[in-house]
Amino acid sequence: MDKYIINHLRELEAESIYVIREVAAQFERPTMLFSGGKDSIVMFYLARKAFWPAKVPFPLLHIDTGHNFQETLDYRDNLMESTGTKLIVGYVQESIDKGKVVEETGVNASRNMAQTTTLLDTIEEHKFDAAMGGGRRDEEKARAKERFFSHRDEFGQWDPKNQRPELWNIFNGKKKMGEHFRVFPISNWTEMDVWQYIYMEKIPIPSLYFTHKREVFNRDGVWLAKADFMELKSSEKTELKDVRCRTIGDITCTGLTLSKANTLEDIIIEVAATRVTERGGRADDKRSESAMEDRKKEGYF
Amino acid sequence: MENAYKEIEKGYLNMELLRFTTAGSVDDGKSTLIGRLLYDSKAIFEDQMEAIERASVGKGEEEVNLALLTDGLKAEREQGITIDVAYRYFATPKRKFIIADTPGHVQYTRNMVTGASTANAALILIDARNGVIEQTKRHSFIASLLQIPHLIICINKMDLVEFKQERYEEIKKEFSKFAPKLAIKDIRFLPISAKLGDNVVDKSKNTPWYEGPTLMYLLENLHIGGDNNFLDARFPVQYVVRPQSDKYHDFRGYAGRISSGVFKTGDEVKVYPSGFTSKVKGIHFGDKALKQAFPPQSVTITLEDDIDISRGDIIIKKNDTPKIEQDIDLMVCWFNERPLQIRGKYAVKHTTNDVRCMIKDIEYKIDVNSLEKDYDDKVVKMNDICRISIRTTKSLYFDPYTRNRETGSLVLIDESTNETVAAGMII
Repeated sequence: MDKYIINHLRELEAESIYVIREVAAQFERPTMLFSGGKDSIVMFYLARKAFWPAKVPFPLLHIDTGHNFQETLDYRDNLMESTGTKLIVGYVQESIDKGKVVEETGVNASRNMAQTTTLLDTIEEHKFDAAMGGGRRDEEKARAKERFFSHRDEFGQWDPKNQRPELWNIFNGKKKMGEHFRVFPISNWTEMDVWQYIYMEKIPIPSLYFTHKREVFNRDGVWLAKADFMELKSSEKTELKDVRCRTIGDITCTGLTLSKANTLEDIIIEVAATRVTERGGRADDKRSESAMEDRKKEGYF
Repeated sequence: MENAYKEIEKGYLNMELLRFTTAGSVDDGKSTLIGRLLYDSKAIFEDQMEAIERASVGKGEEEVNLALLTDGLKAEREQGITIDVAYRYFATPKRKFIIADTPGHVQYTRNMVTGASTANAALILIDARNGVIEQTKRHSFIASLLQIPHLIICINKMDLVEFKQERYEEIKKEFSKFAPKLAIKDIRFLPISAKLGDNVVDKSKNTPWYEGPTLMYLLENLHIGGDNNFLDARFPVQYVVRPQSDKYHDFRGYAGRISSGVFKTGDEVKVYPSGFTSKVKGIHFGDKALKQAFPPQSVTITLEDDIDISRGDIIIKKNDTPKIEQDIDLMVCWFNERPLQIRGKYAVKHTTNDVRCMIKDIEYKIDVNSLEKDYDDKVVKMNDICRISIRTTKSLYFDPYTRNRETGSLVLIDESTNETVAAGMII
């Protein structure tokens, strides 16, 4: 019997592909969130595998905070063009201009909260009934209890006490008018799985994930990139360092890792040896013990 | 560095996946055991450890409370209880593990059932001082009902009974008395102390009389290759792939996950409900062509003949017919606050198929503590387990759950609220 065995990455892959196909089959207007980070790159790669030789049967959606690394945008545009995929962009700047959200000010200002408004508005505008995200349960403790199919009410809110039980391979995507689902196809992957998979499948990733020289400054033990819209405290000085991104998010709150990792192999070795979670570098999670849970309840991914 | 690269090729890309469930309450040391497995396999990071240290101190606790690692939601942390299934991950060079961690109270039977539905193994903890209690029986029964192939009974807190072999043997005997009621072939026993680490990762010096493996060794080496059904070829069609491009103009692929059995190119197959037969032309996995596919692979199959197939249909190997029936008996675990309605109508999800059903009758309820059948009580409330009979609007194509966890399982959905109200295992 032992010849019918697949490794852990193939099993995770099979599960994720099943979930993505289930979304395409159960919903009328699904979309897939794409940030240009490694998790959404892997998720989109799985979607292409799921529907080959057809194109991915739904558009991708990017919520653009306006505070991006330029490399991410270039990578995104090239990928959409080479795969012939439709991309929809929701701009946080527009939500701010329309007065739907007030931009945070001060040195720790971030557009992370404002993203939720833009996301919910974009979902409503395009009448999406399911939005897939690259969230993983190992990232944060509120995520550890999230379902694959996460039901959201008409306000886009998550009610952790009223989640639908998920058994076997059966996913219940039934909903009422105005409600939608968030779906997390790579729920069961860890950071290490994602890197191993990128390595195994030789998936191209943005250069930001590899070591490069960048002007950075240290805030509360986290290295942040210098950018035009970043306000520095008087005590903070920029320095040129060898860094790489462990996650890619909004530039204002993405911590950089001091690293000389130049190849995928180097990254895997580094991840294996590291003792801090990847979200440990995300300033947005440090605001309070339940920062992530509170944001999720409001409609964040 | 060169060597490290080779390690990656040899090691990480050669790991198997094992899913297991743990059931129990804080008192029997379950959280401590999970904390230890995570900590010893380096799955707990410094910032997570710092966060729970901060939280423990904030609550005025003297020691770091490992339970805080598994209590994810604010409501749970405030009340000090676990209300839902939490998933945890760790890996050793041999395997990646997914733990479905579920609370053990009676009222959370439904969470245990959820966690058990995809597990290869169930870990059950017994406090060596208390021996087999009602909760032990309840957990074992659910593991058996959900057909978890391997049951690992950890007799914990051995340090509190001076690591006495007599006590260990006594509990083993106690458990073995009711084991015949369970439909689990592989049951293992281990004497451990989760708090001190005896026989968890390293062999204990305190139990020289115990010659078996440690828990970690067992988890790493449990034979799971035979857990899937490789006999009955079943492929529920999930999605029809039609590229409508010039290059693949005539391509019509059936996408899905192999539920059981093995499909090979050239195999003669039959499609239900139409009953048409054909041959497997190709098995596609992304842009790769495979010669065969088996569970749990997700693939796209093409057939030699152009026949009308859509989502919800099932492709099987010719001459290996599943059961085809509208009147179905099943065991269900009820999940909802609204009680089961006899003669009530519910939506059914079975493999990739959607039908409706009416509940005809409740045959009996099972007392999950005594395992006694109750033929008189017909009120089925949340967390109750019972045997019922239903009639579906269309035939289901299924195998008994004991033979096939994929084609033998279904869920019931309340059509007015869209909530999943029951998990069913077809008899």
